[in-house]
Amino acid sequence: MQLSPSGARVESPPIDAVGVEERVARLCSRSIKKDAKLQALHLTLSMIDLTTLEGADSEGKVRQLCAKALQLHAALPELPHVAAVCVYPALVGVAKRALEGSGINVASVATSFPAGQAPIEIKLLEVRKAVEAGADEVDMVISRGRFLAGDFAYTADEIASVKEACGEAHLKVILETGELGTLDAVRRASDLAMRSGADFIKTSTGKIKPAATMPVVLVMLEAIRDHYLRTGEKIGMKPAGGISTAKDAIRHLVMVRETLGQDWLDPDLYRFGASSLANDVLRQIVKQRSGIYQSFDDFSL
Amino acid sequence: MSEQRPAAAAAAGRLPVLKTHKVYVGGKFPRSESGRFDRALAPDGTPIANICRCSRKDVRDAVTAARAAQAGWAGRTAYNRGQILYRIAEMLEGRSGQFEALLTAGGATSDEAAAEVQAAVDRLLHYAGWTDKFQQVFSSVNPVATSHFNFSILEAMGVIGVLAPASPLLGLVSSIAPAIAGGNTTVALVTGSQPLPAVTFGEVLNSSDVPGGVVNILTGRRDEMLAPLAAHRDVDALLLCSPDPDVARSAEIEAVHNLKRVAVRPHEDWTDVQSPYEITDLQEVKTTWHPIGS
Amino acid sequence: MTDSTESTGHTAPKLRLGNDDGWAYAPAPESTDHVELRERYGLFIDGEFTDAADGRTFETANPATEEKIAEVALASDADVDRAVAAARRAYDEVWSQLAPRERGKYVYRIARVLQERSRELAITESLDGGKPIRESRDVDIPLAAAHFFYYAGWADKLDYAFPGRGARPLGVAGQVIPWNFPLLMAAWKIAPAIAAGNTVVLKPAETTPLTALKLAEIIRDAGLPPGVVNIVTGAGETGASVVQHQDVDKVAFTGSTEVGKLIRRALAGSGKHYTLELGGKAANLVFEDAAVDQAVEGIVNGIFFNQGHVCCAGSRLLVQESVADEVISKLKDRMETLIVGDPLDKNTDIGAINSRAQLDRIEEYLEIGEAEGAEPFQTSCPVPDRGYWCRPTLFLQASQSHRVVQEEIFGPVLAVQTFRTVDEGIAMANNTPYGLSGGVWSDKGAKAFRVTSRIRAGVLWANTYNKFDPTAPFGGYKESGIGREGGLAGLHAYLQPEQAA
Repeated sequence: MQLSPSGARVESPPIDAVGVEERVARLCSRSIKKDAKLQALHLTLSMIDLTTLEGADSEGKVRQLCAKALQLHAALPELPHVAAVCVYPALVGVAKRALEGSGINVASVATSFPAGQAPIEIKLLEVRKAVEAGADEVDMVISRGRFLAGDFAYTADEIASVKEACGEAHLKVILETGELGTLDAVRRASDLAMRSGADFIKTSTGKIKPAATMPVVLVMLEAIRDHYLRTGEKIGMKPAGGISTAKDAIRHLVMVRETLGQDWLDPDLYRFGASSLANDVLRQIVKQRSGIYQSFDDFSL
Repeated sequence: MSEQRPAAAAAAGRLPVLKTHKVYVGGKFPRSESGRFDRALAPDGTPIANICRCSRKDVRDAVTAARAAQAGWAGRTAYNRGQILYRIAEMLEGRSGQFEALLTAGGATSDEAAAEVQAAVDRLLHYAGWTDKFQQVFSSVNPVATSHFNFSILEAMGVIGVLAPASPLLGLVSSIAPAIAGGNTTVALVTGSQPLPAVTFGEVLNSSDVPGGVVNILTGRRDEMLAPLAAHRDVDALLLCSPDPDVARSAEIEAVHNLKRVAVRPHEDWTDVQSPYEITDLQEVKTTWHPIGS
Repeated sequence: MTDSTESTGHTAPKLRLGNDDGWAYAPAPESTDHVELRERYGLFIDGEFTDAADGRTFETANPATEEKIAEVALASDADVDRAVAAARRAYDEVWSQLAPRERGKYVYRIARVLQERSRELAITESLDGGKPIRESRDVDIPLAAAHFFYYAGWADKLDYAFPGRGARPLGVAGQVIPWNFPLLMAAWKIAPAIAAGNTVVLKPAETTPLTALKLAEIIRDAGLPPGVVNIVTGAGETGASVVQHQDVDKVAFTGSTEVGKLIRRALAGSGKHYTLELGGKAANLVFEDAAVDQAVEGIVNGIFFNQGHVCCAGSRLLVQESVADEVISKLKDRMETLIVGDPLDKNTDIGAINSRAQLDRIEEYLEIGEAEGAEPFQTSCPVPDRGYWCRPTLFLQASQSHRVVQEEIFGPVLAVQTFRTVDEGIAMANNTPYGLSGGVWSDKGAKAFRVTSRIRAGVLWANTYNKFDPTAPFGGYKESGIGREGGLAGLHAYLQPEQAA
């Protein structure tokens, strides 16, 4: 048990990993067909944070990504647009200009993404720069080393400071669950992040495997639910990394619906951090309408 | 020795002190609540002692004592139960002369009597050794196809109602020792023609660190005691040591009230009735599951 | 979570969890295309399907639609005589003479064909009995095949069954099984019996005979010698005829405690072997240090699996007072997500109640519980117009003296009570004539094992519930039965030590 900056007790319930896996298996047995499937596919598109986080990212690459965000598939103009485009801070300005007036948010990773191994001053400066450049959302990483060493107060303070630096921008807190080791740690980190100011909690950077596994996401959803039931405050969830198929995405939506309920089936409260997911969803949508299985080459990169 | 025949003793010029044989319940030696008695007879029909003729209320009281003792006895370590059974063997060995005399008075030759006492001592020793081994031989870890640690262990059935064999000492020891070795407590009905070794065995138990109530020994008539014992809803199992199928049948019907487990032992000769299955027949199998995860 | 200082104090937060609101799952029915069901089924005696000697039949219906599925032969005493005679002949002349290894191969064959025909069997099970296809597909049929696999391997290893003693079969086994797990119970009965070298006469329940008759086809197609397995269909009278037959050496019964006692009485003094798997009223204890969400899931699995038609169901929830509000609130939320309806829909969580008679019995208990003063709670899930349905139900504020706490309801009805200390929880758990199973939820290993060791029941699930495996012995203490099925203990039920034979 640790004290958070506000002095509140950070106490998380124990998690039984085998039980979580059984629950996940049962949720995965839901069969989503016909209208329910089409609805889910549209919802998925609207929840995507279209992401590029490579060392080789260029202005051209980001402009291309934004164009895709604006028009997912030319043949289906009625499709919803994605929720956000997610880039490094240096490219926020480019994305912001490309998406102006579209309603699509620009999200920026920050805090020395992905490792988070930098002094807090530098992290905060990076956050402020990203927000100044126009980022609507900031995806920070927690200092996993300090967290795993048991320094929960440090982690809580770090998140609170970043939240302050974000100003109006929404804060997503990446736990990098693949480095946390146990579901108990995932739950504790989730609780800590929510109590310290997170607007969203997010599984992963996408740079570490495993990333957004179903058991990890379920535990985070349960943490969000408990936080809501206790405080009335709705925190968002963003699984990122490893969700590349429409089938995966639908399973996530089932899990959200049966854990948090209909209110969270909304891009304001649920996001998928993904790069290749959109095209698989598009394939499925076209297949649902035409009855013909589609090729990836039918859809723009 | 009080079991000398009164007439013979009087002829020797000294009036013997006759012993009153009481029953053994809850670690004490009460008389039957009924105040009734029967006579134990020598083979030639001469009365040799008065023994209690217990009632259904005595059965009830004995079951209460056995129930009260059961959790504690089962909760002892297997090592401790083994030590106590060994202690019974020691005490019996030490009083072998007394038991030989009792058996001889019942009609056994002195060789037969000596052999029976020795066999009874050895039997106690045998089961003393099993207390901390039968679980190892008969329990299991079950390789289930899910991520669970799964094991089945044996647990004492609880209170065992024993219709003791006619075999006066070895039979009683052979039926009770495996029951208590496995953590059960017992109510034994001694109804044969030779109850004196059995009631005297109660004295051995009482001086052997056996907690009160673990073994309860009632004397009397089968017709009066067996039905209430067999029907008693707080008795978990019956061990019916009788060659008479009608006895087993009627007791089994009474046992249906609470689905008592029933083991029948029709043996008349108890020399070879010794095996760990005598223990396991009075055990339940309990299977426990627990997830393996982190 | 014990921290309530952050509460905002407005309207209580509420989750929107029902399936009829917002994103709703579309129907996802399993296709029944290639499932062949005959209009009439006969008795399976001596390797052949035959009509009853007197030509009588009964109907089996789909409890989800109340429509007749097939006519099934009703076996009389004469038919049972024929079946037992066939089993005796097969035992004497063929099965007991066969090399154990070869006997095992036959049993393996059955297991394999069960797997091959699993989809058809799952659909048939759901059609005939009302259980959700998710369960018949993922639990009943795979476990049935697994039981045959497990016991097949024992056939040539019986010398290792009793340390220090040889082993031999008992002869002819008369077996009667219930309607809640029709094929799985048939597997539990037949697999160990024939692997150990016995022959059998099995009577399935009258509301669910179809998968047992499909199993008969499989057994015939697997080439088993005629008479090794005989299946006679009918109701209670046929069952009584099987278990009371003079030439049966072993009786195996799964069903109610009431009938179990009648059978036990009839067997008194016969010296016959018997195993009885009877009723239960298991306590599922949730301690304050439990992994709450997994405990809630375990409560749901414990009582709502198979519509609560489970003898080992965790039908009494005992929650430690300090977490009772949280656990019950989460349980209610979880129950809102349970879908009641078409057993063949892949999303159905709770299927049809097995029969009109069983629904009547459950509904009677719903009235009793309310009259006794327990507080009922049912979810809002819609149910179909036709067929037999019961929404998942709680009785809150139930007391140990209530009938809904003491008596087996065999439906999706959970009695909820609270306790304060570990000892009180154990005492309440044990305060019942039953002793089949129990559940314990605590993150503290020492406590969990203390509690499992003190509950007087044959199967204890710690931090899990309703798990089954062919290697794991199953069976009750007290009035929940005598003997075990599954594992080595389950093999013992069909063998006798050599020296006793």
